[in-house]
Amino acid sequence: MTALDESPAEVPQESMAVTAAVGASVPVHQPKGSSKGHRLKNLIPPLVTFAIFIGVWYLYSWSRFDNPAQRRNALPYPHTVITDGFLPLWDESNGLRPILGYMWPTVKVTLIGLGISIVLGVAIAVVMNLSKGMERALFPYAVILQTVPILAITPLLTQLFGDEIGVRLVVVVLIAIFPVITNTLFGLQSTDRLHHDLFTLNHVSRWTRLRKLELPSALPAMMAGIRIASGGAVIGAIVADFFFNQGEKGIGYYIRNRQQRAANRPEMFAGTITASMFGVVMFLIVGAITARAIRNWHESASRQT
Amino acid sequence: MFTLVGWASTVATTNFTEDMMTDTEYASDLSGTATSPRLRFEHLSMVFPDGTHAIDDVSFSVDPGEFVTVVGPSGCGKSTLLRIASGLTQHTGGVCDVNRDSIGYVFQDATLLPWRTVQKNVELNAELHGMSKQDRQRLSAEAIELVNLVGHEDKFPKQLSGGMKMRCSLARSLVLNPEVFLFDEPFGALDEITRERLNDELINLFNSEKFAALFITHSIAEAVFLSTRVLVMSARPGRLIGDYQIPFGAERPHDIRFEPEFAEICGLINNDLKDAHT
Ligand SMILES: Nc1ncnc2c1ncn2[C@@H]1O[C@H](COP(=O)(O)OP(=O)(O)OP(=O)(O)O)[C@@H](O)[C@H]1O
Ligand SMILES: [Mg+2]
Repeated sequence: MTALDESPAEVPQESMAVTAAVGASVPVHQPKGSSKGHRLKNLIPPLVTFAIFIGVWYLYSWSRFDNPAQRRNALPYPHTVITDGFLPLWDESNGLRPILGYMWPTVKVTLIGLGISIVLGVAIAVVMNLSKGMERALFPYAVILQTVPILAITPLLTQLFGDEIGVRLVVVVLIAIFPVITNTLFGLQSTDRLHHDLFTLNHVSRWTRLRKLELPSALPAMMAGIRIASGGAVIGAIVADFFFNQGEKGIGYYIRNRQQRAANRPEMFAGTITASMFGVVMFLIVGAITARAIRNWHESASRQT
Repeated sequence: MFTLVGWASTVATTNFTEDMMTDTEYASDLSGTATSPRLRFEHLSMVFPDGTHAIDDVSFSVDPGEFVTVVGPSGCGKSTLLRIASGLTQHTGGVCDVNRDSIGYVFQDATLLPWRTVQKNVELNAELHGMSKQDRQRLSAEAIELVNLVGHEDKFPKQLSGGMKMRCSLARSLVLNPEVFLFDEPFGALDEITRERLNDELINLFNSEKFAALFITHSIAEAVFLSTRVLVMSARPGRLIGDYQIPFGAERPHDIRFEPEFAEICGLINNDLKDAHT
């Protein structure tokens, strides 16, 4: 494996690429269509887009490889990414298996970090919902949390949390917690006024009101927040891989490490694609959980069935 | 945060838990004897903090077995009257006398919790009062039968029609068998046919349960059809400007609406309302 000289200028681009891949993901709302024929028809437009994308990629790679002076920056051909990047599927040191091996720590950090973000974020939103004073006391810091550039504070984070799993989790939580807080708070505060009256008429405790009224009505908004957070968590985990070198090495390390030499680039692409797929899968899983949780009662759910 | 404590439950129609019954400071004069009113307003007035004078010197009472309807122009303070009766709003003058542990409140919207099934929605009030699961399931089943929703127990609100939602909302209030029923334009959003059918059903319910009802509507015909007494309120600040005893008996056949006497009373109320606007 080639040692890599640090080239920080490259890193934001890399993370941008990951962002774009996650953000672009798949259509959220499948258009209506119950029959199989309809579904196939719906698949055609995205497939055409994909074909065009691959075509442009080939064109670009081909033009660069033809020109020896440009070769250093060349993209490998899509098929090379498969043959040299993903294949063999099951070999100790080459292909997909090491990629998945590097994915595992990233997946772990993503899931644990997302879990912490959800629990903490909902708790903070609940506290902020208790009183206007609490909201005023906490909200500015939630905003600061969101606006502080993570990349700018990585040295500080290393100082505070070291550079193993702890600091990676911190990065994930810093990115993922804000959408959970704001969406949950919005959901809690959007609780129907008449529903509140109904509960008031029944002389309920604050806790009962929270449990049986506010949290259920906040659920759709909360799930929307978690969905946004899940994308952020993936990005956070990969960005953390770029910056923190100790502990279990994740897919970010794998990608960064194969960026420098042209011969390694198919592997780099394979890593990037796998990481992006993980983002998509996260997004879909959270979407499916959301749909299941609210399918019976929320308007948004009826659009998908 | 909420101001609704300190009212005693003196009539054993409901299965409230012990802690609901601990307070006995207020209601010694309300002890459910057949003659004393269930709900009494005396020189009631309401001025909101922003200066809006919503209700001015309103006095009337509702006895058990009485069905009083208030009609009046939009914004005259009818909903405010109900909110004061239920304790959701604190009045600023006069007296409001009611046993707040035994109030059924039917809102203009059905206000069903969308994440609960019909069965679970009907159980809600009982559940929040700490009634045992067994009791509330039994009482809910009865209430669901009363409002003709049998067979729909496991549906969610979004699967119900407007009329069914209202029935469900009605059933939810019926479970606790309240002494006083407050209705805030419950059928206002329904079509005429559904509305009349629910009116018929409500009359039946009223005749079998004998609660005291305070009903609000924009429909004069609905008011006359349902009520034993109709009150007309003026535009803001709301005062009582008309008071009609409705001379029909407890049984109200559907076609009572076409009798000359019915039309006559409607006409009188209509005239009052015209005055109310000017
Ligand atoms: N919380 C409040 N603060 C200030 N003004 C209020 C408040 N609630 C109601 N009002 C005012 O009091 C008046 C009476 O309101 P209310 O809702 O009782 O009218 P209403 O008779 O029920 O009207 P509608 O028939 O349209 O439902 C209105 O002018 C309204 O703007
Ligand atoms: Mg009103």
